[in-house]
Amino acid sequence: MNRIAKTLLVLLAAGWLQPLAAADDRLTLTGSSTVAPLALEIGKRFERENPGVRVDVQTGGSSRGINDARLGLADIGLVSRALNAEEKDLTAYTIALDGIGIILHRDNPVRQLSVEQIVDIYTGKTRNWRELGGPDKPITAVNKAEGRSTLELFLHYFALKNSQIRAQVVIGDNQQGIKTVAGNPGAIGYVSIGSAEFEQKRGVPIRLIPMDGVEASVAAVRDGSYPLSRPLNLVVKGKPPALGERFIGFARSAAVNDLVEAQFFVPLEP
Amino acid sequence: MQAKSRAGLAPTASPGLVQRFLKRDSDRRLGALLAGLAAACATLLLLVLAFLLVESLPVLAHWRAFFSSEGWYPLENRFDLMPMLWASLAAATGALLLAAPLGLASAIFVVFYAPAPLARFYRLVLNLLAGIPSVVFGLWGLTVLVPLIARWQPPGASLLAAVLILALMILPTVAVTAIAALRAVPRAVLSGAVALGIGARGRILGVALPAARGGITGGFLLAAARALGETMAVLMVAGNVVQNPSGLFEPVRVLTANIALEMAYATGTHRSGLFASGLVLTLLVLLLAWLGTRVMRGHRHG
Repeated sequence: MNRIAKTLLVLLAAGWLQPLAAADDRLTLTGSSTVAPLALEIGKRFERENPGVRVDVQTGGSSRGINDARLGLADIGLVSRALNAEEKDLTAYTIALDGIGIILHRDNPVRQLSVEQIVDIYTGKTRNWRELGGPDKPITAVNKAEGRSTLELFLHYFALKNSQIRAQVVIGDNQQGIKTVAGNPGAIGYVSIGSAEFEQKRGVPIRLIPMDGVEASVAAVRDGSYPLSRPLNLVVKGKPPALGERFIGFARSAAVNDLVEAQFFVPLEP
Repeated sequence: MQAKSRAGLAPTASPGLVQRFLKRDSDRRLGALLAGLAAACATLLLLVLAFLLVESLPVLAHWRAFFSSEGWYPLENRFDLMPMLWASLAAATGALLLAAPLGLASAIFVVFYAPAPLARFYRLVLNLLAGIPSVVFGLWGLTVLVPLIARWQPPGASLLAAVLILALMILPTVAVTAIAALRAVPRAVLSGAVALGIGARGRILGVALPAARGGITGGFLLAAARALGETMAVLMVAGNVVQNPSGLFEPVRVLTANIALEMAYATGTHRSGLFASGLVLTLLVLLLAWLGTRVMRGHRHG
């Protein structure tokens, strides 16, 4: 009896019984367009390591992720924020952290900016660095294109609408933002903290400035002290099915750190 | 030369011969194959247009929003496309204004003045220039040109930067097509001018240029279409702020950059709005192509 159980276990581990054991070998994930590209990449790797399994990812915003997970329309919801008090019926598993840093040109003598000052710069009320104790130089505010997750987080944190922002340059990806700020001593921009820190260390002439007195760094995002950040969550209602549980475990493991970093997010553990 | 080669294709030239050739079995099969391939190409183009139409349908119902002057904030349901249309036209026109005289001058130099080895070298350089991927121009613009303008007139990323980059990119197109058009001017016409005692200046400006007008204008339109369709290089240097182009140093966003910037993360009506940008751009380029064929039709040389 014991031996049979052992053999079965070995077979299971070897994946022989998998097609039989997994009555449902499909996993549906829906929700935040920020988490979806990462979930898609993790899903692809998960599929490769578990032949026969299909991971379906659809976008539709964090609210859809919450809704679908609650109603059972999806196995796992994708939510790019912490759950609030009304969502305690769901369980959130953080797979990565998203943090953005405000960057200035290295030659800019301004060392920090308050939330109000940043809002004034981005709404066009402050137009010259002189008003902030810097040199007499016009400010070039660099904003992100609509639909980008960094823009969404930025707007949410500073309680702005995109139509209120008066930018001088609108950019697509982080690299373009870093190059734009590096090439213009009067520029201010915001990009994913991981890529900004990397480029700053490489000697690109940009400087990350602290937010609310907290140094902007990947480490500060990871320990939760940096304010301009958010968790990227997989949410489920009750106990997930076995396959879902395995996927969550895989998505939280160090085996996907490279995928997390490729999307400019911060992995849970270094 | 030209007259002879054209006669071979003209149906009036030798109907009996053409008919006999077509009767042959293998030729008939080849004809059917070529007809099929040509039909497939045409169908593909129509399908692309249909696809653009279908995808932009949800926004096309509110087409008035395209002219609303409310700005482009698709997530707030504001879809004003006009500033980007003007920006596209301004950037392409500016680039053509710079590239046309330069390209034409180099073409005249190569065809009429340059010694043969220099002309060969120059044509090689032009072809090389035409082959440089646009993203390389963009990278150079972003890291060299934009900071240069920013030192003078911040923010640097501006209509001017877009115009300069585009001019550099379409210059070879203008020059190469103009060279081809000028070289296609029949020798007899030029010899006639010499025989009449017309000097070099008159021969070039009064005889060769008018004779090659069709090909040269066609090249201009081709270059304009390329400037309108260019994406990466403009996206990197133009600043991409949605506003009517009001000055050379103001940042602008062109239609192509709008699609490239936002498509990756767009859903729902936002996505349809981007397809509508593509539709407007396609119609604009089709209009240019139609103008191009009209201009070319009137002029035989080149």
